[in-house]
Amino acid sequence: MITSIRGQSLLSLDELSRDAMLEVLDTAESFVEVNRRTIKKVPALKGRVVASLFFEESTRTRLSFETAAKRLSADVLSLAVASSSVKKGESLRDTIATIDALGIDAVVLRHRSSGAALQVSRYVPHVRVINAGDGQHQHPTQGLLDAFTIRQVLSERRGTTGLESGGELFVGLRILIVGDIRHSRVARSDIAAYSTLGAEVRVCAPGTLLPDDVDRWPVTVADDFEASLEWADVVGLLRLQAERGSGAYVPSLDEFTFTHGLTVERFASIRPETLIMHPGPMNRGVEVDSRVVDSSSAIVEQQVANGVPIRMAVLYLSVAGSGES
Amino acid sequence: MDIVLRQGLIVGPTSSSIGDVLVVGGTIAEVGPSVDAPSGVHEVDARDCWIGPGFVDLHTHLREPGREAAETIESGARAGALGGYCALVAMPNTEPCLDNVATVSYVLARGATTPLDICVAGAITQGRRGDALAPMAEMAALGVRLFSDDGIGVQDPAVMRRALLYANPLGVRLAQHCEDEQLAGGGTMNEGEVSGRLGLAGRPALAEELMVMRDIELVRATGAAMHFLHLSTARSVAMVVAARAEGLRVTFEVAPHHFTLDERSCEGYDPAFKVHPPLRTGEDVAALVAALRRGDVDAVATDHAPHAPELKDLPFDEAPAGMLGLEHAASLTYEALGGAQCDPTLFFQVLSRGPAAIAQLRRHDAPLRHSAHGGSILAGEDANLVIFSPGTRWTVDRTALASRSMNTPYDGRALAGRVRATIAKGRLVVDQGVLT
Repeated sequence: MITSIRGQSLLSLDELSRDAMLEVLDTAESFVEVNRRTIKKVPALKGRVVASLFFEESTRTRLSFETAAKRLSADVLSLAVASSSVKKGESLRDTIATIDALGIDAVVLRHRSSGAALQVSRYVPHVRVINAGDGQHQHPTQGLLDAFTIRQVLSERRGTTGLESGGELFVGLRILIVGDIRHSRVARSDIAAYSTLGAEVRVCAPGTLLPDDVDRWPVTVADDFEASLEWADVVGLLRLQAERGSGAYVPSLDEFTFTHGLTVERFASIRPETLIMHPGPMNRGVEVDSRVVDSSSAIVEQQVANGVPIRMAVLYLSVAGSGES
Repeated sequence: MDIVLRQGLIVGPTSSSIGDVLVVGGTIAEVGPSVDAPSGVHEVDARDCWIGPGFVDLHTHLREPGREAAETIESGARAGALGGYCALVAMPNTEPCLDNVATVSYVLARGATTPLDICVAGAITQGRRGDALAPMAEMAALGVRLFSDDGIGVQDPAVMRRALLYANPLGVRLAQHCEDEQLAGGGTMNEGEVSGRLGLAGRPALAEELMVMRDIELVRATGAAMHFLHLSTARSVAMVVAARAEGLRVTFEVAPHHFTLDERSCEGYDPAFKVHPPLRTGEDVAALVAALRRGDVDAVATDHAPHAPELKDLPFDEAPAGMLGLEHAASLTYEALGGAQCDPTLFFQVLSRGPAAIAQLRRHDAPLRHSAHGGSILAGEDANLVIFSPGTRWTVDRTALASRSMNTPYDGRALAGRVRATIAKGRLVVDQGVLT
């Protein structure tokens, strides 16, 4: 169990304690303010080098991480996969060794294989590794920014701040996660974050899109989607990838929408204060109707905006390490 | 060079006693409480050691021809000798495949240059593609007694039934890798809570058990003999044990990694722990150990599967399946059988006598060009012997193995019991735990 990510890699939320998560959330609060300034930059990581290695296509996460690193004044080494020697058959191990030889403090890694971040952390134990999504395993900064966003929005509604709310706000909070849990690294990180922070987590999905042995996860499985929508304080939707709906896991995308899509009809029956979240990119019309996304219940844009302060907090704590402030 | 083994526990098929064994010219010349050895014989001190028939591995991937960077017949034989093996059955998934007289002859010829008996398991189907039958009769004429498409099971039940009907009158045995690829394909570890948490696609126990169930029924329908390779689940073992008790001609092996490691070993995403069938649950491991101790297991087989580091050290889902086995199988079996409580008769049954019977390597049925294995320690028997020291502890060091590859999941693990000497075809090939 990791009780603080100061000076540590961030590979998964499974082994992070509640205090470690709250430390990231609280640190991010101070960076929200930085992002509102005219000069959006602090010298916290001046002279430090952060390598951004995305072995899988990504726009928003990469942009978010690199923005975060630059706002902390770190130098960013960005490896574009298309132009790298990975395409020439170089192994992950050799690529990492090459980047490491340039002198780096941290690696932000996105890879299509589950466990790649942990493997890289073994290859370069002196470098902090920040997992920016590994296969179907974890996407820790997404889980943290989702928790951060929930705390921020609910605190504002209560006329207080996230910092003042602390972790109490999550205790007993009812969070429903809907859709392709089985293949989703976001779901795994969200479930770890929410359950560790004290929320009550329920999942709802077609039987084929639930993970193996889900009864041993810290969640309850609900068959009744409509009833669960009424139950929930927060509804987290997940992206359904087209290939899952081609008869492989569900008969069609239309059928998924029929059983588990957040349609206008279903949206009409949920409580007005319920929050709707989505990690993006969205399939409008599949897992969620456009009119739902554009309603005031949806906090998708806040999620995107909070990506930067959360990643600033993670990079700052991880790279600046302990004993520095 | 003639050899005398002094004062070891001589482990026979049913009883054991302390004594000496004299080996002259490739044959056991004399056995007794104290043997007069002619001058000039090499003496091996076997005090506190067990003397038994050399081990027989039913399941070795020697990688030659085709992937000599991972292993060669020569390096595999050295690894085998250090592990106490006197005979190895080479699996046919080489490049090209061992599905014809030419490639089988090549492996047998290369094998004959090593100190061990290198036998071959021929492919059941051409190219191990699972459709057209390979020329089993021609390969059987070269001495091949086992056939397998190992690496992948024969998926089509019609092909498997045809293969059993064809093999039966040839007096050979089919060895099946039981995993239904429709269910297991794409999976990289045991399906369950751990795979779900790790985000790794699972290979369910069901994929193995359904094929075991199917093939037991095919054996019943055809009357042919079948050997089940590397069974890894409690139910698979229970089904084959029950079928055997019914009188069906079925045998099975278990691999040391399946009775010593469970699925949680994959939590670090170290590809050294990736294997097919995958490491299962703790309950399955316990069931395999219990079956071993009850004497239900016909053979322990290594599934020794070397991979060159550059091909194995990849992200978990991209890495090939398989792990080394030859050099630590005996220690792991000794530990699983209870360590200090290990019954030496059972130990040699599963590592030597059982597998020798399945591979038809005993004295009355050993095919041409091989010596006899798995016999009693009696004058007149071929001298394939191992001297095992149960009291020796050692630590696995992947860089110090004789195999060309390093993909052992036991690196750094302290093990009990070690092979002190191996006498293969009358030659002392390992002495004091090192190759001579």
